[in-house]
Amino acid sequence: MDSSTAANTSFDVDSNATVLLMGLRRSGKSSICKVVFHNTLPLDTLYLESTTKPTTENFKSLIDLAVIELPGQLNLFEPSLYDYEKLFTSIGALVYVIDSQDEYLSALQNLAVIIKYAVSVNPKIHIEVLIHKIDGLSEDFRLDTQRDIMQRVGDDLLDYGLEGVQISFYLTSIFDHSIYEAFSRIVQKLIYELPALENLLDLLMQYSNFDKVFLFDINSKIYVATDSSPVDIQNYEVCAEFIDVSIDLDGLYECNNQSQQQQQQQQQQQQQQHFVSDTIIDDVNGSNSNNMMDDYDLNKPNKPTKCISRLENGTMLYLHQMIRGLALVAVSRLEDNNETTAISVIDHNVAIFKKSLEKMWENAKFK
Amino acid sequence: MSSGKKLLLMGRSGSGKSSMRSIIFSNYSAFDTRRLGATIDVEHSNLRFLNNMTLNLWDCGGQDVFMDNFLNNTNDNNNNSSSSNIFKKCEVLIHVFDVESKEVAKDINTFKRVLQNLSKFSPNVKIFILIHKIDLVQSNKRQELFQLMFNNLKNIAYNEYGFKIQGFATSIWDESLYRAWSSIVCSLIPNVEIYEQHLAKLNDIIDAREIILFEKTTFLVISSMDKNKALSGTNHEYSGLNSTSTLDPKRFEKISNIIKTYKQSVNKIRSNFKNLILHGKNSSIYLDILTSNIYIMVIMDNNIGKDENYEVNNESLVLEDIKIARNLFEKIESKPITN
Repeated sequence: MDSSTAANTSFDVDSNATVLLMGLRRSGKSSICKVVFHNTLPLDTLYLESTTKPTTENFKSLIDLAVIELPGQLNLFEPSLYDYEKLFTSIGALVYVIDSQDEYLSALQNLAVIIKYAVSVNPKIHIEVLIHKIDGLSEDFRLDTQRDIMQRVGDDLLDYGLEGVQISFYLTSIFDHSIYEAFSRIVQKLIYELPALENLLDLLMQYSNFDKVFLFDINSKIYVATDSSPVDIQNYEVCAEFIDVSIDLDGLYECNNQSQQQQQQQQQQQQQQHFVSDTIIDDVNGSNSNNMMDDYDLNKPNKPTKCISRLENGTMLYLHQMIRGLALVAVSRLEDNNETTAISVIDHNVAIFKKSLEKMWENAKFK
Repeated sequence: MSSGKKLLLMGRSGSGKSSMRSIIFSNYSAFDTRRLGATIDVEHSNLRFLNNMTLNLWDCGGQDVFMDNFLNNTNDNNNNSSSSNIFKKCEVLIHVFDVESKEVAKDINTFKRVLQNLSKFSPNVKIFILIHKIDLVQSNKRQELFQLMFNNLKNIAYNEYGFKIQGFATSIWDESLYRAWSSIVCSLIPNVEIYEQHLAKLNDIIDAREIILFEKTTFLVISSMDKNKALSGTNHEYSGLNSTSTLDPKRFEKISNIIKTYKQSVNKIRSNFKNLILHGKNSSIYLDILTSNIYIMVIMDNNIGKDENYEVNNESLVLEDIKIARNLFEKIESKPITN
């Protein structure tokens, strides 16, 4: 599974960063969308209504990603309804969700038909199969199920005379981090600059003595890039939760700086009113616009959020806010003797990385 | 231990006693408590809190069999040697009321009988009631319902037994639980004023927006200090218009919650965190170990517009101050408790 995803990094220059989410009804498509992109609690998705219309949602991340969700009960090849050819040629990845806790034979037939069609109109499409809801299966059974599904899909495609279609399979559940991991890999394939990014991260890692470095999308917690060493799911979880900790803590003390300013402004206003009582209105207006200007000035050259945490086993977690809602999170092991210099070096390296990222994105494709 | 303090945790079966105990003291997440079964008889737990204080928490099973047993046993044992009497030498009673309970009259009756026993055996006990599972009530009716129940119980306790009680509306799904337990535990710390005094001095030096002390294992708030509090002396109430009044009033509990989640998360890589330094949008937050039992959190305003190195200098300064304060607070902590 891993090797096939890694090998599949050739990109169609004209492809869009669009993901099409398909699957039978009640396979969990909407739940996935809600959990990954809307931060819904997994348990709350129990109450989701069935989706009846195709929905498109846009997410601004490193790349502007669009997720189109097709309701499962839609009969795909009723030609009058939608222009499927246009749809399939415009998307970058097809994600098919299979409910592993249900009888999945009909889903597999449906999948084979869709793949056949998709490949015929858009040969460069990435086909991703999520074997979903695995939280209900025992550890052994998960792999059995995956093997069975892969086998059957392969056979079906052979029956259609399709050979060499690259399909990636993921075992996922919304109750743990596996769905984020899967979506991270899916989204990564749509990023044209990924090899360059990975290269940069490798360099950064090498010079900064990181164990692992991720480039996270802060909102959805999927990582858009990482260095080339293998991903340890525990490291991923800790890093993802570290983002939450930083953002939440910062949020608690966020609002009041402005209100303090406002208080100061009010005091100033009052003072001004004392001095020049004739032109109150002008002053109020003037200071209001000043206030706006101040806010603008303060927010514009905003210092990036930075967070460092040391652990008892000598590990350090390092977070640095990047461009476009991204954050760089790294796991590092520190030598005791030169801690402060090490962090300064890291700070410097990360700042340079950020600059190169900015430069890279000036010339990027999907802005 | 000599300074062990006995806490009774009581309430009807299924009201959530063991759940809250597990969350506060055993690092469970709210979700994990689904696994807990019914408590049989009494579960004792000895919890070290701060250096020289042990909490003996008696989690009393709430099923009728056990409750009757506790309550009746005491009557019998009056005549005999009453070593097994659970109402003896209690420092604190925490009585949990299930907001969803169908048998309110019975709950109150049990509460009365508990009070009766306590007034006999430990008349100096501090009593806290928790109106629990408040999340099941519509949010706009919570306050009203809580006041109603609390006033009722307060009158019963005061009029009939002369106890003054404190009450909290709690839920394991939000921060209210931390708030309640912080108050309970703080009422047991004898030298909490000393901490506060020294914290005020520390704040004079650091000039932080806020300094908070947390207990290490539970992350309950021990003491806090902000600019205005330091200026206006040590009054507990937040006075009207100051810098902290614009902050989230539930922030302490939220911090407790966030940090505990973080603790759990770093447990996955088999470690614990030592410190955390956050340079956020508007403030810098420093979380560090103060003593072996206390974490300190310092929140500094970000002075934007000063020179580039300000942040770095300031960081070293704050960390150095914390280091110096560490000695002082360790001394306070190791002082014997004079009650």
